[in-house]
Amino acid sequence: MEVGRLPISASQRGKLISAGYTTLSSLSSLSPSVLAREVNVSDTEAAQILKVASHGSRLDGSEGGCATINGAQTAWDMLHEEEMFPRITTSCVDLDNILGGGINCKEVTEIGGVPGIGKTQLGIQLAVNVQIPVDYGGLGGKAIYIDTEGSFMVERALQIAEACIEDMSESDGLLRKDFKACQLKMHPNNILENLFYFRVCSYTEQIALTNYLEKFISEHKDVKIVIVDSVTFHFRQDFDDMALRTRLLSGMALKLMKLAKVFSLAVVLLNQVTNKYTEGSFQLTLALGDSWSHSCTNRVILYWNGNERYAYIDKSPSLRSASAPYSVTSKGIRNSASNCKRIKMM
Amino acid sequence: MANMVISEMGLPKWIANIFAARNIITAKEALSLTEFELMEFLDVGLAEVTSAVAHISEIVCPPYQTALSLMEQRVQNEHLAGHLPTRLKGLDEALCGGIPFGVLTELVGPAGIGKTQFCLKLSLLASLPASYGGLDGRVIYIDVESKFSSRRMIEIGMKSFPEIFLKKGMAQEMGGRILVLHPTSLSEFTESLQQIKVSLLQHQVKLLVIDSMAALVSGEYEQGAPRQHALGWHVSFIKSLAEFSRIPIVVTNQVRSQSRDDACQYSFQVQRWDDTKEDRTRYDSHLVAALGVHWAHAVTIRLVLESKSGQRFIKVAKSPISPPLAFPFNITSSGMSLLSDGGFELTGPDINTIHCQGHNDIINFVGESLQ
Repeated sequence: MEVGRLPISASQRGKLISAGYTTLSSLSSLSPSVLAREVNVSDTEAAQILKVASHGSRLDGSEGGCATINGAQTAWDMLHEEEMFPRITTSCVDLDNILGGGINCKEVTEIGGVPGIGKTQLGIQLAVNVQIPVDYGGLGGKAIYIDTEGSFMVERALQIAEACIEDMSESDGLLRKDFKACQLKMHPNNILENLFYFRVCSYTEQIALTNYLEKFISEHKDVKIVIVDSVTFHFRQDFDDMALRTRLLSGMALKLMKLAKVFSLAVVLLNQVTNKYTEGSFQLTLALGDSWSHSCTNRVILYWNGNERYAYIDKSPSLRSASAPYSVTSKGIRNSASNCKRIKMM
Repeated sequence: MANMVISEMGLPKWIANIFAARNIITAKEALSLTEFELMEFLDVGLAEVTSAVAHISEIVCPPYQTALSLMEQRVQNEHLAGHLPTRLKGLDEALCGGIPFGVLTELVGPAGIGKTQFCLKLSLLASLPASYGGLDGRVIYIDVESKFSSRRMIEIGMKSFPEIFLKKGMAQEMGGRILVLHPTSLSEFTESLQQIKVSLLQHQVKLLVIDSMAALVSGEYEQGAPRQHALGWHVSFIKSLAEFSRIPIVVTNQVRSQSRDDACQYSFQVQRWDDTKEDRTRYDSHLVAALGVHWAHAVTIRLVLESKSGQRFIKVAKSPISPPLAFPFNITSSGMSLLSDGGFELTGPDINTIHCQGHNDIINFVGESLQ
């Protein structure tokens, strides 16, 4: 490895190179004071450079070994781990089926669709469902909801939370009798209490929050899902420099992906749609452009198919592309079945 | 908070000075650069840059609230838990109390369907004293198409709240609370928006009406792409206006006929394109909202006003809290009134289409009855 790749400041790098230290091995046997004299930096700076360099060479050396690379995992272990993690249910069985059981932890999932199709609904539903206790096949985690559009409705979250608890108690009646104890633990207010809401008002704040999340989550270990509703909004306004936009977006996507991996949580990004001209006609497509579409692990598109709402898996490394109907009811996202009529709100 | 100055963030003095020396003044500038770019610009090591970025991020990022505290706050601080009742019983129930504070509510519909009538009624409701169920505040009415009629508004007031409006001086007081602006161009509109931002809090403004949003842009651009971007700034500004002053904002939107450029399908649906094309030729009077999909994403609640075989309907086309319901209504001398409070639920494409059949008859009829 060369000096040029060390994470040190540009002027220090320049000094090293002009003094003839171009490879790490040339630095390996030096003492700080010698380096300080030769390169013309202070003793402490020299000590720091050597520390960084020795760290770098250690990484370099281990590349030779095959299974013991730092941070690597065998595919077999990963499979095992994947099975250990429960998925976050969407409350719609058909949708869960095509998603392989629900939204996967450790992955970034993008969900997009036309206005009014139910993106925010699905977001709130997931923020509630992640809190289903482990006894009921959930994760018992907490949720972070990042609202960039101001479309989060706390009244709606309460409705969905109430319906979720109701469903749990129904299924419980069939399974066992000691429900009383559990019922006391789950109250709609508990669910709302474990939903951390951030209101983001500019793209700078969105980036800042993405940076800060790592610290926030390490203070709140139970967070199992991060929902961004929507990732698009601020990036669609006042951007003249499209290259900058692409770079900022991909930087953000990388950080979110890292969060998902490190804390084994699910990241759900909601996206808007736009018109795209292809093959002689305009078609709907998710916003933010082609390079953005590489940033997410999974991509789900919500659309109207006749009289029903459908979800379509547009991209996923592990799931086959399929579509499934769902419906938005007063209780939240549910199966779309013509035989189970919706319960009206009034 | 994006424009917060780095030198005031409590970073270690030496690194704050470097930021200043390299002319990276605000958080926005610093966070728009990657860590490696910052290393190059500032000429410091990775560890220092990472900790500086983390520090800036932590200060810039907004504070969190739990949903529970959010709800308690709304219930405590706000009259009617943050809703402006429309006094249309069915609609109020569907929307959990009325037009919510803090978000954008949009009215879409063909000309003459009753959008302005609805706006006039809402303005009155917001200005009514709290003892009569109003918000007891001022209203700013941005009248782009010059359709605001004080005479009609007082008439609606007289007919719907005779007990208030027949009191001496009350009509004058109610009318005096409604401020009407007439911007004639987009730039003028922009200017007045910025002024409004300041006066919203000072003058107890409880409702902002913009009638109509589409007229502003259609006057300046012919068609197509520039329209979307022209409103980009306004969309986020109006949204933040609603949010921070916690008032309801009602905007109206016109309709236009659907052109071939309006996509309504994804590429994976294309195989079925041919069937739908035939469908569409049958309904040649197909209307869509004038402002495109970008705008539609920005509004939180969309109410569609339409007429179908001679009957007018108001539909909840997009709402995070209500199922898609439709209510038949008519326009009377006291404004809009629902013919039944139990709406019927819509499915599929019906939710978003805007019908305009047998509409002209009603306009003429109502027009005569008003005079």
